Amino acid sequence: MTNATLSLHEKDQSKMPLEYTTEEGDLRIFGFWIFLAAELVLFGTLFGTYLVLQSHTAGGPTAKDLFEIGPVMAETIILLMSSFTCGLSTIELRRHNKKGLIGWMSVTILLGLVFIGLEANEFYTYAVHEGAPLSRSAFLSGFFVLLGTHGAHVSLGIVWIIGILLQLGKRGITPVTARKAFMAGLYWHFLDVVWIFIFTAVYLTGLVI
Amino acid sequence: MDENQKQMSERMGAGFPWKQVIGLLLSLALTFLALWIAVGLSLPVPVTLTIIVGLAIFQAFIQLFLFMHVTEGTEPVHQLIGILFGIYVAFAIVGGTLWILAYAL
Amino acid sequence: MIDSIKSFMGWFFVTGDPMIYGADASIALASIGIVAVLTYFKKWKWLWEEWLTSVDHKKIGIMYIIAALLMLFRGGVDALMMRTQLTLPNMHFLDAEHYNQVFTTHGTIMIIFVAMPFIFGLMNIAVPLQIGARDVAYPFLNALSFWLFFVGAMLFNLSFVIGGSPDAGWSSYAPYAGAEMNPGVGQNYYLLGVQISGIGSLATGINFLVTILKMRAPGMTLFKMPMFTWSILITSVIVVFAFPAFTVALALMTIDRLFGAHFFTIAAGGSPMLWANLFWFWGHPEVYIVLLPVFGIFSEVIATFAHKTLFGYAVMVWSMVAISLLSFITWLHHFFTMGNTAPVNAFFSISTMLIAIPTGVKIFNWLFTLNKGRIQFTTPMLWALAFIPNFTIGGVTGVMLAMAPADYQYHNSYFLVAHFHSTLIAGTVFGIFCGLHYWWPKMFGYLLDETKGKWSFWIFMISFNICFMPMYFLGLMGMTRRMYTYPAGLGWTPINVVMTIGAFGMGAGFILMAYNIIWSAMHGKKDATGDPWNGRTLEWATASPAAEYNFARIPHVSERDPFIAAKEGRKSGNAASVQRYAPIHMPNNTGIPVIMALLMFVAGFGCVFEWYWMAIPGAIGVIACMIARSFVYNDHYYISVEEIKRTESATGRLS
Repeated sequence: MTNATLSLHEKDQSKMPLEYTTEEGDLRIFGFWIFLAAELVLFGTLFGTYLVLQSHTAGGPTAKDLFEIGPVMAETIILLMSSFTCGLSTIELRRHNKKGLIGWMSVTILLGLVFIGLEANEFYTYAVHEGAPLSRSAFLSGFFVLLGTHGAHVSLGIVWIIGILLQLGKRGITPVTARKAFMAGLYWHFLDVVWIFIFTAVYLTGLVI
Repeated sequence: MDENQKQMSERMGAGFPWKQVIGLLLSLALTFLALWIAVGLSLPVPVTLTIIVGLAIFQAFIQLFLFMHVTEGTEPVHQLIGILFGIYVAFAIVGGTLWILAYAL
Repeated sequence: MIDSIKSFMGWFFVTGDPMIYGADASIALASIGIVAVLTYFKKWKWLWEEWLTSVDHKKIGIMYIIAALLMLFRGGVDALMMRTQLTLPNMHFLDAEHYNQVFTTHGTIMIIFVAMPFIFGLMNIAVPLQIGARDVAYPFLNALSFWLFFVGAMLFNLSFVIGGSPDAGWSSYAPYAGAEMNPGVGQNYYLLGVQISGIGSLATGINFLVTILKMRAPGMTLFKMPMFTWSILITSVIVVFAFPAFTVALALMTIDRLFGAHFFTIAAGGSPMLWANLFWFWGHPEVYIVLLPVFGIFSEVIATFAHKTLFGYAVMVWSMVAISLLSFITWLHHFFTMGNTAPVNAFFSISTMLIAIPTGVKIFNWLFTLNKGRIQFTTPMLWALAFIPNFTIGGVTGVMLAMAPADYQYHNSYFLVAHFHSTLIAGTVFGIFCGLHYWWPKMFGYLLDETKGKWSFWIFMISFNICFMPMYFLGLMGMTRRMYTYPAGLGWTPINVVMTIGAFGMGAGFILMAYNIIWSAMHGKKDATGDPWNGRTLEWATASPAAEYNFARIPHVSERDPFIAAKEGRKSGNAASVQRYAPIHMPNNTGIPVIMALLMFVAGFGCVFEWYWMAIPGAIGVIACMIARSFVYNDHYYISVEEIKRTESATGRLS
């Protein structure tokens, strides 16, 4: 909180990347890691729920009936690409290159928007055309809520990154904006990790079983 | 300390983003490998599930170490313990729930 | 038109019971009274600037404790209503539906709105002072956590007069809690009220985890931290990893009820057992969330009043670490009888017995700390000493319940009810009362009266045993929990009469404690030194109450119990006297947390009644507050050296 309280952990912070150079930045990034660890449990609970209910289709459509590999692969590849461009934006942040940072972050949220569009289309297809909305069966409740939670996280991430881009545009790369950009990056990569497990535990498993 | 020096060089902006490119290529390769094992091969179901879950965990660690800089910070051991604890609890709830409710699967 | 308004009012407000009209009237009168007093004494500005917008951990701690005491009063009244109803066979004091509502609100309020906030209050007050920090890691988030808890509690309590109370028990088991069997808004109040305060709890967990790991005074390594701080560190870990599961479970049931999903329904493939599974995955760690902090409080109090260093410090720490790991793999013992396979029951039976080992180790450590100590029987020490035998009874009966085959006999009987009250009252309640008396001078600058404190202790502690000791036998005689009445001739009546007497005795003890608080506010002994108990840890090294910056100069620590060391002339715990005062960087007060929490209340209330015209704007408002906060850059100020000198000389600490 203040320079005076900084104490035990007096490493030479001037040698660290910009976002770690203030005590506040250091505290917030660490706290964000803990938040992400808590999110692991949140998604773990949703995965456990989905996997238990996966076979409870109540006579309605099953995973095999619904899932199509094409759109799923498109979503997956787009999210992987966005994680990559997000990683490039962190490199630009470390180079103190404001233009590069804003550029790669913009590409990242554009890819995020495409992902959200594809996912919304997939949800719409299931719920309306295939007659499989969330209230059809326990399996679909689990499916929509697990993927919906991930999608809501991505959407929130997009809003958050837009806010950070505005602040970066106005203030440039400072210890505060650098910390925010770095944390948004962590968040984005984390959502990609969650998607890897959705791809495996929901889609591939659904196609195999 | 050498981790900090690596960060320094990264900050000074030298070079091609090898970490990121390797991470992307590995992720894509693992994704397609998992797809091929699940859809292209017809292994027994438990074997398929074991392999694809293993690949997913491997890919998660690629993200964690190549993209997320989990070993950075003033005291990275704290966040590593935090993430490990999160993995432990997530494993407990997924594994425990499946085991407890196995009769209802 | 008038008829439709009438029918809406008849449905919107809870009607039909004279007690509820009484409650309506008293709530209305109390609200009018508060507004009138604030307006008459022109205190609105003071309330807003000093309290509602404060980010000071000491003030937030006080607000937590005030709210928790009020909730304790309500939860206690619920308990007395239940005991009155059960005194004699075939009583008609409460009907079955009303009784269900009362035990539901009693359980939920006592755990979520009393035990947790009381503990959060005490840790807010003590932890930053114990580690020599100026505030917590995220002061803004800390204020937000408090206000989320507060509006969550208010939303839950509103169910009493508007719409109807939940009645599915504090564990809210499906399918009874689902929309089909439990229509109406009561269950929605439970889900939303608890959800909102749970988000605040998760944030508190992250906040204190980071504070303790990152903001300790120079030289205070992890193994030189006070034991209370250690207990809060471990508790924070459990909060961070247990609450997300509960957040999900509550959200899933909310989606079931509001949007027709089928997670926990019987129809369309839902699994009611899944709810029990998810609920207890949080619910069991929750037990340790409310117990470990009081273990920390007892460790501090016993060491202080036995005038000895704590016996077995490292063992204490490692047993808490073991508890934190084991607490996540014992949850099934709450539903051994649900029809699980034998290996599942066996695993969780063994893990439950394992977790008793570190707890037992701690009991012996406290006993060895007392051994050969110069014991001083103050009120906090009495609570701590009473804890040891009373809690051990609860722990031992817990091991009895841990045996899965035997649990088939005990399950849902009053034996179980007696067990968890033995742990939660003799553990948590004794602990928070102990901490309240111990840290009261640090909070307000004067002591609670010792004579009245001891009277309230003896009345409460003896009445607790009168109430809950016979309950074990009542359970073995076959009386099950949650039955609203029983026939005569089963031999249960005498025990029930005794238990009711004990329950009212506990009420009397609490009333006396409340009186002591009011009396001491007027006549209590001032604490001029800041160290009324001859304390061992750093919170006693600063003034009572501490200045807003806590320490004018950050102390340096080189051993455990640094303040004792400083008093005995060693250098630990003293700020290096050569060090000069420097301006202190502090966070600004902010109104965003309280506004954001109120918007959350609006969104929650809208969801309870499924009024989305109300819920959606509320939720948008919450997000707008988050964005607004993100754009605030000017959130700190400096306290000048002159002001520090002025404050320090006012308490005679200028050096």
